[in-house]
Amino acid sequence: MAYQIGDTVAPFTLPRAEGGDLTVDPSAAPATVVVFTANHCPYALAWHERVQQVARDYADQGVAVIQINPNNQVTHPNDSTAASARRVADGHFAGPYLRDEPQEVTRTWGAEKTPDVFIVDRSGALVYRGAPDADHDDESQRATYIRQALDDLLAGRPVALSETPPKGCGVKWRTETVTIGS
Amino acid sequence: MTTIELLAWSGCPSHEEARERLLVLLGELGRPDVEVRVRWVETDEEAAEVGFVGSPTFRWQGSDLLPPDAAEHVGLTCRVYRRRDGRFSPLPDPEDLRDAVARAVTDRAGP
Repeated sequence: MAYQIGDTVAPFTLPRAEGGDLTVDPSAAPATVVVFTANHCPYALAWHERVQQVARDYADQGVAVIQINPNNQVTHPNDSTAASARRVADGHFAGPYLRDEPQEVTRTWGAEKTPDVFIVDRSGALVYRGAPDADHDDESQRATYIRQALDDLLAGRPVALSETPPKGCGVKWRTETVTIGS
Repeated sequence: MTTIELLAWSGCPSHEEARERLLVLLGELGRPDVEVRVRWVETDEEAAEVGFVGSPTFRWQGSDLLPPDAAEHVGLTCRVYRRRDGRFSPLPDPEDLRDAVARAVTDRAGP
């Protein structure tokens, strides 16, 4: 069952694209932004810099911005762990970039698109889910949905806009091969 | 009737806007007679068969109006375009599409 607004999310551990594990525990930050994203998706790429700017702008308030690539690297080699590590090495990310090859975290969170944004408070409660802003093609939007949710959260207010439709490429799910018999 | 083929994958949300832009563009170019035919690509096998590098792809007489890089991966995906100002986009730069369509429907097909 995917997380819904108000649900409490569980901490999780995933490998960083460049190696080593990271445990994401919402209690460690006043707000944690989790963005399921991709290397190959034009929507994710169009919104990418806006999300990095959010990470930079809110870092001094302790906000954690975690980006996760959930895609099947067999069908989409541009989303491989190696390709993701190259983007990290090239300085494309303002925060951790994780890989979810088993896709279990992605399923648990209910991410459907890249990008798909989730924001949780320090108690782990999910307070926002959806798009970064209203238009991938308009840089002046500045990831407004994310910023408004963070501003509400950090000011101790209820998040006014808690849900928007995520827009982007569908998550590229793995297809399991089952062998019957020996 | 001459035709522009719009190769699209339903897993990518940009195909409808691509079709609308193309129809508007053909009207502006004075070629509303050019048909826009959507060809759905929904399996990896179909993608490989037609050399599909992502949705949307615009073809005229079998050739890509905006040819992809040779290294582009074939498969079911959203196509990545670059705007003239360098931004990434799920659709071509409007001016790039206009130039490509204008060249095609005037130079190759005649008035």
